[in-house]
Amino acid sequence: MLQVKDVQKSFGHFQAIIRANLDVRRGEIVAVIGPNGAGKSTLFKIISGHLKPDRGKILFRDRDITSLEPHQICRQGVSLSYQIVNVFSRLTVFENVQVSVLSRLGKAFDFFTPAKGLAIDETEKILDSVGLGNVGDRICGALSHGEQKVLEIAIALGSNPELLILDEPTAGMAQEETSATIKLLERLNHEGLTILFCEHDIELVFSFANRIMVMQQGVSIIQGPPHQVRENREVREAYLGGA
Amino acid sequence: MVEAKGYFKIRTVALLSILLVVLAVAPSFLPRFFTYLLALALLTGLLSTSLNLALGFGGMYQFHHAVFYGIGAYGVSLMLMKTSLPPVTGFILGPILSAILALIMGIICIRLSKLYFGMLQLSLGSLVWVVIFRWYSFTGGDDGLHGVPIPSLIATVTGSYYFTLIVTVCCMAILYMIVNSPYGRILQAIRDNPERSASIGVRVRAHQLVALVIAGFFAGIAGILFVSVEGSAFPDLLSWTLSLELIIMCLFGGWFTFFGPMLGSAIMVGLRTLVGGYTEYWTLVLAIILMLLIYFLPEGVLGYFQGLGANPKNTSAEDR
Repeated sequence: MLQVKDVQKSFGHFQAIIRANLDVRRGEIVAVIGPNGAGKSTLFKIISGHLKPDRGKILFRDRDITSLEPHQICRQGVSLSYQIVNVFSRLTVFENVQVSVLSRLGKAFDFFTPAKGLAIDETEKILDSVGLGNVGDRICGALSHGEQKVLEIAIALGSNPELLILDEPTAGMAQEETSATIKLLERLNHEGLTILFCEHDIELVFSFANRIMVMQQGVSIIQGPPHQVRENREVREAYLGGA
Repeated sequence: MVEAKGYFKIRTVALLSILLVVLAVAPSFLPRFFTYLLALALLTGLLSTSLNLALGFGGMYQFHHAVFYGIGAYGVSLMLMKTSLPPVTGFILGPILSAILALIMGIICIRLSKLYFGMLQLSLGSLVWVVIFRWYSFTGGDDGLHGVPIPSLIATVTGSYYFTLIVTVCCMAILYMIVNSPYGRILQAIRDNPERSASIGVRVRAHQLVALVIAGFFAGIAGILFVSVEGSAFPDLLSWTLSLELIIMCLFGGWFTFFGPMLGSAIMVGLRTLVGGYTEYWTLVLAIILMLLIYFLPEGVLGYFQGLGANPKNTSAEDR
């Protein structure tokens, strides 16, 4: 479904990604792990079109999306949920998801239909599915950090993606919120959504992902099932501390 | 919750209806000067509301909005004074010229954001001002254009007042619809977070550019209304100080509210007239107002009162 081929990215003299390769198949849950500064977030921004690679290709459903803009990539079926909470701060929870749905429905340049009557059922369905149905009329700034992270996912779901990219979806969450979010993501995966994510909680990654890609100093060093990654000598030395 | 929202809307509609009735009968009991002042407040309100579409709802630092107002005013004045075309042509072409200028300036500025966008727009707007200010043979230079032959129906104080009232109400209704449409809601999403908006499939720059053109068009309409009220156009209409005043009007009334800029304009036009009767240092008073505003009413007058009446946790875009 998604192929990242020999991607490179530099910022001035700093090489954020030296060589990254990644393969995500339909219906999978794929994790990208690596220490801070390994290039995980940069890779996600390249896939979603927010950054352009210096070299390499991104293929989504066999189509080259390397040079597409973020809104075009979203319309191809790729949606990104950010590491830092990235919501529409002055809109309500309902409106946050509604704008995503309206954009997908091609209503962005509808000037005269009242927005309050549009995409109600679909927006409420998404909010109910992520457990935010009862706080839809709140300004999202009034939500807890965990709820805002879930809202992030809800906004991404509003564009009805085939591939959901999550940059540290449980960062800063309490244990209960983390469990609930993982259950939510598992359910979404069972419903057919392909998930690509990065996460620092290694136990969570190894229990949740079907396959794992490891990045080390801007290079993807291995991709495979959890047991294969865990047994890899290079990974153990570089990332798992020889454990 | 639903009942509360319904009540709020009925109350708003009732207040607006009463206000409209008062405005409709105002010339019958107000002296001519105050009727003129009311017309000026209405058209300035339309002007600041058009600015707020880009500023408050679009998050774009439109630092030189007055230039579109001035072009609308000069457009209609030149058409009426230098051509024999029907007057209605001038009244239509004025706002269209403003919209075209907004499109051109928008295309140049839109790749920048925040302060850089504002500063480039200020520079381009000042260029337009210089052209108007120096081109004596065409625009009358610093003298401006006076004695514009306004159609007789709207040439009187009462006639121009009703023309201003009708056009302003229609324009405000259209702007209200735009702000509360899917387009308007997505524009507010872009204001809050352009990067996130792009990642949900929104063409951010195209959306912003359309907002700038709409804002420019309605500023042009305010410009033609000014000519119908004053019968003249002059370079001060395009000055950056007027642009600054417009921003203060939006901040004063509440730049995240729809009716805030109209309220801010009414207060500012009234204050300027009142203060102008006692001192020539209006800008000094303006500076003091700005300082007080920043310290005590960062959400503006209407924003403050809406904040008192509503639960801050659940104020939807419609309520604003």
